[in-house]
Amino acid sequence: MKHLLSVTDLDAATATGLLDTADRLKQALLGREVRKLPTLRGRTVITMFYEDSTRTRVSFEIAGKWMSADTVNVSAKGSSVSKGESLRDTSLTLSAMGADCVIVRHPASGAAHRLAGWIDRDRATTGTHTSIVNAGDGTHEHPTQALLDAATLRDRLGGIAGRRIGIVGDVLHSRVARSNVFLLATLGAEVVLVAPPTLLPVGVDQWPARVGTELDAELPALDAVMMLRVQAERMHGSFFPSAREYAIGYGLSAERAALLPEHAVVLHPGPMVRGMEIAPSVADSASAAILAQVSNGVHVRMAVLYHLLAGAPE
Amino acid sequence: MADDRRGDPAGATSPARELLSAADVTRTIARIAHQIIEKTAGASGVVLIGIPTRGAVLAQRLADAIAEFEGSAPPVGSVDPTLYRDDLRRRPARALEDTAVPDGGLDDALVVLVDDVLMSGRTVRAALDALSDHGRPRAVQLAVLVDRGHRELPIRADDVGKNVPTARDEQILVLLSEIDGSDGVRLRRSGEDG
Repeated sequence: MKHLLSVTDLDAATATGLLDTADRLKQALLGREVRKLPTLRGRTVITMFYEDSTRTRVSFEIAGKWMSADTVNVSAKGSSVSKGESLRDTSLTLSAMGADCVIVRHPASGAAHRLAGWIDRDRATTGTHTSIVNAGDGTHEHPTQALLDAATLRDRLGGIAGRRIGIVGDVLHSRVARSNVFLLATLGAEVVLVAPPTLLPVGVDQWPARVGTELDAELPALDAVMMLRVQAERMHGSFFPSAREYAIGYGLSAERAALLPEHAVVLHPGPMVRGMEIAPSVADSASAAILAQVSNGVHVRMAVLYHLLAGAPE
Repeated sequence: MADDRRGDPAGATSPARELLSAADVTRTIARIAHQIIEKTAGASGVVLIGIPTRGAVLAQRLADAIAEFEGSAPPVGSVDPTLYRDDLRRRPARALEDTAVPDGGLDDALVVLVDDVLMSGRTVRAALDALSDHGRPRAVQLAVLVDRGHRELPIRADDVGKNVPTARDEQILVLLSEIDGSDGVRLRRSGEDG
């Protein structure tokens, strides 16, 4: 594995390998006073975020630090990006400084792919080996989120193959949904999408998922339900009449959560808009695994860094 | 160095020279268990930590043997040294193995580190570093089933099942029934394929 750009680059064995590594890293750190492994000593990991983020950026930074990598954060605000430097120049500059890994989040879909292409072309002349990790590109993909969701589901359900997972809400703008659909399908799950028709992307019929129309009808047969955030910042039009109407049709209220089987898990990638896509009482209930998702996120990102950086360069 | 026969399941069936039979392996484990009991005054305060995968199996066998002779088994765990290895960058990233420290932890325990084959000592060095991140044992000892020489670090075992002089390009195959279906230790020359 040279870069992590899309979950569609992962076959079932590679994805399972990453999840296993995450489990083992969790084990290795369990109950320790000193949460530090020497594995990535001397490696430099740069997070380059052109969009706001709390959990993803911090999670990658902690993952790097717990494995002794030197982590550096670059944000669009306060860097040369605000002077008009292009993504290409910024990233080649960071690569020339000796970054072993650049973790990039960008509002444009495909940004990480473009970056990896430039870096790979540049490698011939400079000989640097920089891995690119996609930490969210526009409405395209968010591979580590899908991996941490898979880790959480595997943990709580004992496996993923054959389980039925519902993904509910703003599928159109959600890179989390897209990455999850493809990764969960690769791992053998049956994925059901439930969304207002205006919030389903064109071409969803090509996805390895079934589109359900009514949430209440799907809930009793789900092993897990993933509630998506309504991405107001990406909505430049009216996709549904009102927040209240959205909540009535697609929000996970306490009454609705009661339709789920007892073993079912509730996920949310965060940040949550409580009361709109998920009721506070559901978000704080025992079936919710939202905080487990966050802590699994660190271990999954450690696993990604381990697979990209620990071994000999490819 | 246990690595010499990992990822080589074909070795289990190849016509290699037998160093220890199944009965020898059982006797050897019993002898090491006795040595541990003797040196530690009844194995009190002992924690057995195996190096995965076969070292972890051996640690469990040693615990069973100690239980048979002394009436109670010491706590058993495993520590994967992979994250502490000094040769990570020389090969593609490897899969990690189980780490399971017993509930009581390692602080002030007499830890007996257990592995199947001792060669360069680099795995043991990595395991010692891993151990010290999990706690501060009173002392650490090393028990191995086979010592094949070729040390690259100043490390020696306290309890050795069998010393085997080997050439560098020979392979030691340790077979344990939990993993390989039967017990035994074999020596295979280089170029001798199954």
